[in-house]
This record gives sequence, structure tokens and C-alpha cells, in this order.
Amino acid sequence: MIKLAKIAHSRAGDKGNTLVLSLFPFDENDYPRLIQEVTAEKVKAHLSDQVKGEVSRYEIPGLHALLFTCTEALGTGVTTSLALDAHGKSLSYALLEMKINPKP
Amino acid sequence: MKKDVIRIGCGAGFSGDRLEPALILTEQGDLDYLVLECLAERTIALAQKAKQQNPNLGYDPMLERRITGLLPLLVKHNTRLITNMGAANPLSGAQKIIDIAKRLQLTIKVAVVLGDDVFASISGDEPSMEGNKALSTYGTLISANAYMGVDAILPALKTDANIILTGRVADPSLFLAPMIHEFGWDRADWDLMGKGTVLGHLMECAGQITGGYFADPVSKPVAGMENLGHPFVDVYPDGSGIIGKVSGTGGEITIRTAKEQLLYEVLDPGNYFTPDVVADFRSVHFEEIKKDQIKVTGGTGKPKPSQLKVSVGYQAGFMGEGEISYAGAHAKERAALAGEIIEKRIRNLFDEFRVDFIGLSSLHGPVIPQGSEPYEVRLRVVGKSHSQDKANLIGEEVEALYTNGPAGGGGARKSVKEIIGVVSILLDRDKINPEVIIP
Repeated sequence: MIKLAKIAHSRAGDKGNTLVLSLFPFDENDYPRLIQEVTAEKVKAHLSDQVKGEVSRYEIPGLHALLFTCTEALGTGVTTSLALDAHGKSLSYALLEMKINPKP
Repeated sequence: MKKDVIRIGCGAGFSGDRLEPALILTEQGDLDYLVLECLAERTIALAQKAKQQNPNLGYDPMLERRITGLLPLLVKHNTRLITNMGAANPLSGAQKIIDIAKRLQLTIKVAVVLGDDVFASISGDEPSMEGNKALSTYGTLISANAYMGVDAILPALKTDANIILTGRVADPSLFLAPMIHEFGWDRADWDLMGKGTVLGHLMECAGQITGGYFADPVSKPVAGMENLGHPFVDVYPDGSGIIGKVSGTGGEITIRTAKEQLLYEVLDPGNYFTPDVVADFRSVHFEEIKKDQIKVTGGTGKPKPSQLKVSVGYQAGFMGEGEISYAGAHAKERAALAGEIIEKRIRNLFDEFRVDFIGLSSLHGPVIPQGSEPYEVRLRVVGKSHSQDKANLIGEEVEALYTNGPAGGGGARKSVKEIIGVVSILLDRDKINPEVIIP
């Protein structure tokens, strides 16, 4: 197994209590692999400490991008959360810790 | 005569942003417009509190410093400034700008955009978008500001004002408004509104498209971060644009930085809601035309929403925080003991309370991190209370661990801050009446 960080980059954003994570392969040829390996279910399980709500995944093939929206992910919301990283800005790197199968 | 291209720079992407990138953009960027985006969701509620304490305050706390440096350059290069630094008090902000201009012996005109402050028309019974419960149940309400769009900014651009000062407007609208103004775009041409919004969204966080919030020395190295250039965009009448930066500044603009910023804080790439349009980002295309120049095409739009989002600020009590560090043998165990001691002593006094181990699990929780034990662990204890004295107690208790806690605790710090919560409601567009004043 390899870490997602080996083949992809990500940026975290927030809207209220929803965490938004984008995911892009360094090499566009790896995009189908990301679609196959990084499902909404796997992201929800991987981020179970943070995400209490639902994870939805959007595919944007023109940009070779995936976008995950994770509800109930930032405590009571950015403005009132007691978390050290209330915005969840560091959580892109939590996603990139996910393990996926090495190239077949 | 309509122009065939306009250049808009973004010199600040949040209230606390660096000062000098905007100066460099204005002096060397050959800009038609400079935008400074300085208003986060919470910032305006904080500004409203400042205004309650002093009716002449409530504009951006950095306004004086930013404007003092920029004003001579804006005048010299005939660049118009569009900024939401008016925050909760654009009229007083404008007066401050006029005072600065007088002091610098510069002749300028400021147009103030009002109408976002809808606090007087909020009853408290409105259900929040987040929890679907009445606003008044959250706590004492202190502010309500509607996200206005280009309709509010355009009348100000039609004046001969050098500076357009707003309160709350949607961030991309700060950029879309000058495009519509210069090119005479039809505001019901939803695809054009969508394309302009794509460009505005890419620009609004300033350094986040030039390598900021992107750089990783191992996987995504970026040169010159200490001198990060902020972006400008050359916009064409067809809604396409080329994003660039002043040569010699640090950072980089690449397809990667552009892609990361395009999807930043986007809840649905097919439906990005602003007051001006529901934009669809899925057909956006990036092309690197040369180093640090990315051409942006594509993007579409659908009719604008009939309701506008309103951010409502409320008093949410106080947050007390204390930290102390342990290193070397059994650092993790000693930090854990310290946390246990605090919990046993005061946890029952707080509705919300948490203990974090910085260096171990404070950011990503206990599940993901794996690997060797850290050499140092920093205990962080935090709690929320409506009583400031109780919030104070957390830092005091952590500090007292120096002499009453585990061996070798060092570097204790404590702090208390007031919490302003923000929730949102939707308000019918016709309840908001934008207005332009030239003081």
C-alpha cells in the first residue's frame, strides 16, 4: 500500500460546518485510479475522527479532479469550534495519509 | 469607448494579509483596478462589536495602514480601488480615507456602498440554514449582514470615485462588477456572469493562487515564498482571462495552483451560488501560456438566486485555553497525566471542553497518525463558558501544573478570547436596498 500523498495533492476549505477537500493526481494518468480507489465511503471511514455527517464526491473529469464535501466535520462550525485547527485547513493532509493499492 | 482588456489585481485575500504585495501590484502591475478582499464571515461581526463600543470604528482595523501606503500609488497610476474594508462601518471608513488623503495632500473621491446591514430587519425568529432553529436560540445577536452582489457595486463604479468602499458583498462580485462596468455585459447573460465569477473566485484569495496555501517543499516546491507575489488577471470581453503576477515577485502560477484555488471552498462545482449567478465551474479550462501565466476559459452560469445569504453574528461566550509542553522520556505519558489532572479538577464546570496533545493528535485526531513516538508533546486544554472567569480558570489551572503537575512541564501559556458565532439565513432579495453615498 502507498500513501495518497505519493500520487496526489489536495486543498482543504470550509463552509460553516462543512469541510471541502479537493484531490488532484500529480500525473493525469492516475485520475482513473483515484476515481476507483478514493470513494466517498473510504473517505468517510478514513476521516471518521472528524466527519460526523455525510461525504459526497464530485468528479470533474475536465480538470482531472475529485471534490469531497464532508458535512458535520468542523465541530460546531468554524466560528465556535474549540479545535486547534477550527477551519480544518490541515485536513487536506489527513486525506493524503489514506493508503491505496500500488500500481497494478 | 469600451476597452478590449482590463487588468484587475488582488492585493489582499483576508483581513490580516500582508501589506506589501498590494503596493508592488499597484506600483508595477499596470492595473486598472485593485481589489482588497478583507472580510471573512466572522470579521464583520467583530467589526460590529467594535462599532458598538465606538461609533467611529467598525471598519477594517488595517484600513489606515493599507490606505496610507497605497493612496499615493493609486493616484499616481490612476488605479481604482474596490474593497470591502468598510466592514461594519463603511461611512466612517470613508471618512478615515478622506482624512488620510488630506494629510497626504491628495485629491480623491470615495464612493460608499451601503445596504448590507440588515440587522434592523431581523426578528430573531428566522430559522438558521445550519441548524434550522430560530436565530434567537443561539444567543444575543450582534450583527446581520447580507451578501450583496454587483447590483450594489455598479452604481458606485458609474461615479468618478477613485475608491469604492463596501461592507459585506460576495467576494467574486468585487471582481465581476468592474468587468460588467467596463465591457457593458448584460447582467442576465448568465454564462458571462459565470465566467466572470470563475475569474473572481480564482483571484479573491490573493496569494492562494500564486503558491500560498500550496507550497510543500517535498511534493510541490515553490520558490520565493518570502516575497510571494499577488495575482492580477487580464480580463477579455468574452469572459476569458489570463492570470499573472508582477515579474520578480516570488511564488508561481501554474495549472496546479489554479486548480486548487478553483475548487477552494466550493460545495458543488456545478452550482456555485453568488448573488449574481449560479456558476458552473465544471467546464473551466486552464492553459499555461508561459511561465506564471495561466489562461482561463470556460465556465457557465444559470440565473441568479432569488434570495441572498445573510451572515448573523451572535455572542457565544468565552474560550479559555492553556498549553504546556513535555519532552524526553515519557513525554506522552506525562502530558496525558497533566491532561487528566485538569479534567478531574475542572471539566465539570464546562459544557464544552477538550484536551489535545499537540505533536500527537491535535490536528488529525488519534486514528490517522502512525509511527514513532514524538520527542516532544504539548498539552492543550480548551473550554467554552459564558462566564469569562470560568474561561480564565483553564489557563490558570494549566499554569499551576508548573509546581503541582508532572515532572518537567515547561512553556506554559494561557489565553481567553470572546467567541463570536456566525450562522446564516436567507433573505428575499427585495428586502435589501443597496445605496451609494459619496461623502
